[in-house]
Parts: sequence; structure tokens; C-alpha cells
Amino acid sequence: MIRFDNVSKVYPKQTRPALRDVSLEVEKGEFVFLVGSSGSGKSTFLRLLLREERASHGQVHVLGKDLARLSNWKVPHMRRQLGTVFQDFRLLPNKTVFENVAFAQEVIGKSRGEIRKSVPQVLDLVGLGGKEDRMPGELSGGEQQRVAVARAFVNRPKLLIADEPTGNLDPQTSVGIMKLLDRINRTGTTVIMATHDQNIVDQMRKRVIELEKGRLVRDQARGVYGYQH
Amino acid sequence: MRAQFVLSEIGVGLRRNLTMTFAVVVSVALSLALFGGSLLMSDQVNTMKGYWYDKVNVSIFLCNKGDAESDPNCAKGAVTEDQKKTILADLKKMPIVDSVTYESQDDAYKHYKEQFGNSPLAASLTPDQMQESYRIKLKSPEKYLVIATAFNGRDGVQSVQDQKGILDNLFTLLGYLNWAARLVMLVMLSVALLLIVNTVRVSAFSRRRETGIMRLVGASGFYIQAPFIMEAAVAGVIGGTIACAFLVLGQYFVIDHGVALADKLQLINFVGWDAVLTKLPLILAASFLMPALAAFFALRKYLKV
Repeated sequence: MIRFDNVSKVYPKQTRPALRDVSLEVEKGEFVFLVGSSGSGKSTFLRLLLREERASHGQVHVLGKDLARLSNWKVPHMRRQLGTVFQDFRLLPNKTVFENVAFAQEVIGKSRGEIRKSVPQVLDLVGLGGKEDRMPGELSGGEQQRVAVARAFVNRPKLLIADEPTGNLDPQTSVGIMKLLDRINRTGTTVIMATHDQNIVDQMRKRVIELEKGRLVRDQARGVYGYQH
Repeated sequence: MRAQFVLSEIGVGLRRNLTMTFAVVVSVALSLALFGGSLLMSDQVNTMKGYWYDKVNVSIFLCNKGDAESDPNCAKGAVTEDQKKTILADLKKMPIVDSVTYESQDDAYKHYKEQFGNSPLAASLTPDQMQESYRIKLKSPEKYLVIATAFNGRDGVQSVQDQKGILDNLFTLLGYLNWAARLVMLVMLSVALLLIVNTVRVSAFSRRRETGIMRLVGASGFYIQAPFIMEAAVAGVIGGTIACAFLVLGQYFVIDHGVALADKLQLINFVGWDAVLTKLPLILAASFLMPALAAFFALRKYLKV
């Protein structure tokens, strides 16, 4: 599903690499937490997966494709097989809940009939059935994030990438989002989630990958947030 | 891709940048109206050339009594009947000469009266002050010099005059005007293109949230860019349509009716509607393609896909 072979990333005009010699593999259907302090390279890791950036050294394979060799015009096609959720939800404020989710299908050319069928389905799945016509501004943070998850999942991606999805939510709401991501994971979708939320990582007991100053310092199955001191 | 989705995106974008859209429309309209105008002017010069070169003569002016005193070419006195006969015979022998007509002093006086009848100078003129002349039509007007060298300085000949030379001055002037129009057009066009680039930049910036999301959900580069490109193209076509309207109205009100130059200046035969109408598709095509291309290249810089 994902393979990093000795991946390093140096941004232009910066001497310290954002990622140093990272090698790892994530299998289909796994749930992986990506932890580390700010500036540890988590965001760079996710940007490499999305091919927003290219690796300076080493190879990144996602869904069986070498991203360095993937030509630019094929990148959109690759991204259709990924879902993404962010801390700031990234919803379109002038579109309804339905339209926000439908947007992900419209831009890849799905027919109106398909959209009418699949959007209510996925909104039911995230627990927002009946709120199709609300605007994002009328929803709570947790609900907005559910919309974002619905949008990420509506095209049934093989891999879901979540960048601190609970960062703006209170603990109780966060638990709801985590349950949702867990349910999506159980449908066979691989989930990679970058987070600072210690409680969540400790409770879920999933694989934990820790980065520190760009290096991979821990890769632990059924791990917890930090080292036990 | 669904047309309705793209169309609504275009509408939203154009309204969001209404002032910029307006500026683009105006500058495209002006530059393309100038473009069409300069094309029409070239046509005009060409038809005028065809019309006038057909009529131009080389004139051999003969000495009259007055010239005999004032002009060194006529120092040997006014032209005699014998001299006129040899000149005519020589002209008829030359293969480049198409036809020769003789204009007597009375004819010349009559023509002059017709053209400048109201001027005080015309009132003081008498027929014997006019010059007799041979009006020669050449098979090709460029061969004027052959006539000039053969007859300049001959007894009884005051001067050999090429009317094409006078016309050429006029055409050169029109040519310069045409180039000036093209220069202004180029400046306006670059202004229009720069405005489009800037509009696209602002538009891309104000919609970076949407385009970012489109990118994340895997929209193709073309799908993300199409609304911006179409936005520029739609603004361009509106400008192009206005430019077309300028040309049509110009032809209608300046040439045919209104100012009605065609009636007032009957000596000049103006370009007709066919010339105007053939320019319109060209202008519309340019008004669509140039903004679209400008937007395309601007997006490569300002919109990450």
C-alpha cells in the first residue's frame, strides 16, 4: 500500500532536511498513527504521500506506484484513490453539506444519478443523515469534520490520510470522529493519521510511527503516544 | 465533466471580479476594434490603389506663351504644331504606351473650372494661360521613367509629370497611419493581455480554497483550469463582440449613412460591407483565443494543479 525506501526531503533554501532516510511499509487495511512534535516531519511525510512534494532522495511507493516516476498528468488519477481530512476541515463555506460532499464526485465526472445515490449514503454513514441542506457555518466543529470525512470517503478511496483531524475538536467529539475513522478502516480502507492527541493514540492501540527531527525513531505495533518514562 | 457545473463556476468568477472583467472587456474591445480598423484600412488602400492606378496618366505638359518667358525649359518659345506632331508620333511608336489623348488649352481650362470653379484664382485665369498636354496611359504604370527620359528637355516640352508619384505619397501617408494604428493596437493588446493575466491571478488567489480541495479530491488539471480559462475567454468574446459592433456601426454611420463619406467623397471608392463582414469572424476568433491562451499561461504560474 505504502512503501518508503530511504526517503529524504530537503526543501529548497533549507539546510536541515525535513525527512532523513525514512524507510517503512504500510500494508493494506492497516490503521497507522503518525506522531511527533511540531517540525518533526509529519506534514512532509503526508505531503509526499499526496505527491504535493517529491522526495529529494529515495523512493515513495503509494498504491503500488513509484511517485517519482508518476507523470504530472497522472497525479489527479492517483489522488482519486486517496481520501484526505484536515484539521481545518476545508469545506466550501458557500455550499451546502450535500454540495460539499457532491463536489468530490462532480470534479471526477460522476453522473448526477450516482451522486444522488452515494452522497446520502455516505452522510448516513458519518451520522449526518437529514442535514444535507445545512451550510457548514451552521454546523458544530465535529459535524463539519464529519462532512469532511464523508467527502474524503464518498469516492471509496483505498487510503485515507488524516492530518490532525481532531486538532480543533473537544475530547468527546474527537472520540466520535475516531470511531468513524475506525469504522472506515474496518471496511478495508487503510488509514494514516497524524496526531498530537495522546489519549486517542493510547486508547486505540494501533500501530504508531514516531518521527523526530525528520528521522523515524519508533515504529511500534499496538503502540502508545510517547515512550514510557 | 458536467457543463452546468463549469458554467456556474464561470459565472461566479466573472461576477466576483466585476471591475477586472470590465477592464478586460474594454481593453479587448478597443484593441480588436483597432485591429479590425487597421485591416480595413489596408483593404481601403488596396482598393484605392487598384482604382487610381487604373486611371493615372503620365502627362507631358507643353510650353505656352507665358512659359516661354518664365521657364528655362521653354526658352525656345511656345510649342509649335510640328513639335506636337513629332511628340505624338514618337509616343505612338513606344510599345509601353497604351493610349494617348490630347488636352487642348480650352479643355484644360474647362477641367480646371470644374475642379476649382469657386476660387478667386480660377476667376482670373484665361484659357491661353493653360498648358496643352498629352495624357498618356501606360500599359504598366511603373514604366514612367522611360517616358520621362525620352521627353524631358525636348523642345516644346515644359515637363513630364507622373501622377502615380503624387498618389504614392498619399498611399505612403495612409500606410504610416495604418502602422500607427497597428502600434496602438499592439499596446492595447498587451494591456489587455496583462489585465487578463492579473485577473486570472486574482481569480486563482480568491478561489485557492476551492482549487485546493479540487486538487485533493483528484480533479484533473484541465478540470481545475477550465473555469479560469473560460472566464477569460468569455470576457474576451464580450470584448470582441463590442469590437465587431464598433466596426459595423463605423461602416454604417461613417461611410454609408450619418456622416456618409461615401456620398461626400465620391472620388474615393470605400471598402464595402463584404470587407467589413469578413473581418468579424477573425476578430471573434482572436477575442476567444488570445485571452484563453493568456489565461492558460498565467495559470501555469499562479495555479498549482
